[in-house]
Amino acid sequence: MDSSQLLGITTFTYLFSTLLYVGIFVFKTEKLGIAATVFTALALLIQTAGLALRWVESYQMGIGHAPLTNMYESVVFFAWTIVVLYLAIEWKFKTRVIGTFALPFAFLAMAYASFSTDINKAITPLVPALQSNWLIAHVVTCFIGYAAFAVAAGLGIMYLLKNRFPQETGNGSLLNTLPSLKVIDDIIHKTMVFGFIWLSAGIITGAIWANSAWGTYWSWDPKETWSLITWFLYAITLHARYTRGWGGTRIAWLAVFGFISVIFTYYGVNFLLSGLHSYGSN
Amino acid sequence: MKDNKQIWNFFASVKLALFTLCTLALTSIIGTIIPQHESYSFYVKRYGEGMANFFRILDIPDMYGSWWFLTLLGLLSANLIVCSIDRFPAVWKQIVADQSLLSVARIEKMPFTHTLDGLNSANSGQLESYLQKDGWKTQKNESGQGLIIAGQKGGWTRTGVYIVHASILIIFAGAIVGHFLGFKGSVMIPETKQTAKVYSSETQAPIDLGFEVRCDHFDIEFYDNGMVKEYTSRLTVLEDDKEVLVKDIEVNSPLKYKGITLYQASYEGYRDFIITLKDPATGAEKAFVAPFQQQVKWAEKDILLGVVNAEALRDRVVRMKVWFKAGDNAPATFWLEAQTESASADNGTGYNFSVKQMYATGLQVAKDPGVWLVYLGCFMMMTGLYFAFFMSHRRVWLVLNPDGKKGSLLIAGSTNKNKIGFEKFFSEFTGEITETLQ
Ligand code: HEM
Repeated sequence: MDSSQLLGITTFTYLFSTLLYVGIFVFKTEKLGIAATVFTALALLIQTAGLALRWVESYQMGIGHAPLTNMYESVVFFAWTIVVLYLAIEWKFKTRVIGTFALPFAFLAMAYASFSTDINKAITPLVPALQSNWLIAHVVTCFIGYAAFAVAAGLGIMYLLKNRFPQETGNGSLLNTLPSLKVIDDIIHKTMVFGFIWLSAGIITGAIWANSAWGTYWSWDPKETWSLITWFLYAITLHARYTRGWGGTRIAWLAVFGFISVIFTYYGVNFLLSGLHSYGSN
Repeated sequence: MKDNKQIWNFFASVKLALFTLCTLALTSIIGTIIPQHESYSFYVKRYGEGMANFFRILDIPDMYGSWWFLTLLGLLSANLIVCSIDRFPAVWKQIVADQSLLSVARIEKMPFTHTLDGLNSANSGQLESYLQKDGWKTQKNESGQGLIIAGQKGGWTRTGVYIVHASILIIFAGAIVGHFLGFKGSVMIPETKQTAKVYSSETQAPIDLGFEVRCDHFDIEFYDNGMVKEYTSRLTVLEDDKEVLVKDIEVNSPLKYKGITLYQASYEGYRDFIITLKDPATGAEKAFVAPFQQQVKWAEKDILLGVVNAEALRDRVVRMKVWFKAGDNAPATFWLEAQTESASADNGTGYNFSVKQMYATGLQVAKDPGVWLVYLGCFMMMTGLYFAFFMSHRRVWLVLNPDGKKGSLLIAGSTNKNKIGFEKFFSEFTGEITETLQ
């Protein structure tokens, strides 16, 4: 058994988890609930083992480094963080339907990592600039932030759906199983705050890393600039909510736009714009 | 006066903040799509002359340093400063206010209240010491309406938002200090050579370091698959021709001296070789720079030597053929692998040999006296965010005999954040107070 097999299995288990959560949502069978949670936790364990094994394998190849250094590894870590975060939210807020909107992101990320031809899955040694603990700190913090924003966007979609079809919220309707708008709104806000803090830490550790490698903590390259744009967007959202009382649909939309900006920072910049951040482009 | 007030309110408003942040976010996109710092002709070729001129007027080729972008950042700073001056005094008052001076009527209206009765022997000293032991800062006031003991925790966390806002200004200050008092430059130093000057990244103008740096040695290490593993340069700092510091630098591990930092950034390979001869008897070493297929002379010993052939793997020389002639003896030639030494016994020249391709090390050189401010700002931002989002200012009041009701204790509490957490705390708190009094 090697790490790529384990991570390959993870892709399918997350697909199955997604289906289970959609099943809870569609068939309103709470009985599926326990199964979905247990199965997802199991998939998470398999993925954790896969990541750990990949780490070990890199040492066996004599180029040991944490599995957080290229596009493939970061996408896998992104999926991992989404699931950890989702399970934490499920546990804290005692509601499972959110999984219907969060697990698909983890599955899509894994599927993209596994099947995209743009992505090199091999364990490669690190070029000199990437051999820094700040890089690890940078990737970990950024991706915890990104995962939180993904969950917030999933919740945003959930909010917008429920808000769009209020007439169906009678007994027996699908959307009725969703938590109340007020609860969703509250979780969206908390998730975004959480993401904002980690994104701030991600930008800061990135700046420290750049300064230790090149003597410049900020050079306005497209990746840095887009991470700052994303950061501004969430700062705007927090202020609009806290000082101008924005809530509900507006914040839900901002959660979705914010995540589009995240995707662009993370993916769009590598493939659509030219930049210095060659890391992650293979 | 009225106008002044209006201007003040304009700069203190959150609307302005939302406007500035939105404008910054939107305009920042421009520089990620239009390549920066290219020549005028580049923009003409790519976008046409009209657009290129338009770009020039708006400073688009250096948009993040343009007058309008800096104005936006200035506006953000002014906004932050005025907004903080406007709001902070009220927050400060809340932090230092004596909470025991509140009227019982107000305490009764706090979001969390609970009343205990029949406590005829309750004593205030017991309650106060319980609060203090539990980490509350207490204040006491005996009024006609009852004895009020107020306790609070985490008042200072109300400063969190202000720490975050100040941190942004400090980061800006660090960037300004770095811009005016620092420099960014680069230099190529061939092995064995030294320099006191580097060249500005912006203008190419020479900048005096105030000391000399010599590159003693440059090396590239490879992984098995041919990828570069590490670039290493051994640098020596010299002052008045005296060696004061020697360090091996790598990417991510620079040399710092007198506020100037030298980073390993690039390299250049030459068609020259460095031949080092070591006398096995005395251990004395001498190094020569020999251009490919050219003789160099060691006049003192009447020796001629050079590299006559070399084999490369990609752009890396792996094997060199050395030619050596001492006095009137017949010349000796032998092959030598990179990074190995040929013993005198094997090559028959009387010297131990090592040969390597000559490189120049490419250094990025930076002086940035503002970095510590930037890092301080970053630290403050994380601390401030933590205070702002995860910590709260909790207040509790214990009123003994409120409004003259003998034997009654009013327990009240409020928090500025995390109501759910506080609710749980409050029910435990009332439980413990009840126990304390029994
Ligand atoms: C990128 C820049 C900024 C960042 C990162 C930032 C960050 C924050 C944060 C994290 C909060 C706490 C929000 C909450 O508790 O939900 C906050 C609150 C606030 N910010 Fe900013 N801020 C920025 C710019 C500004 C500016 C320019 C203003 C100017 C008016 C401003 C005014 C405020 C106000 C009035 C509050 C509410 C404070 C309170 O009453 O507790 N912010 N800010």
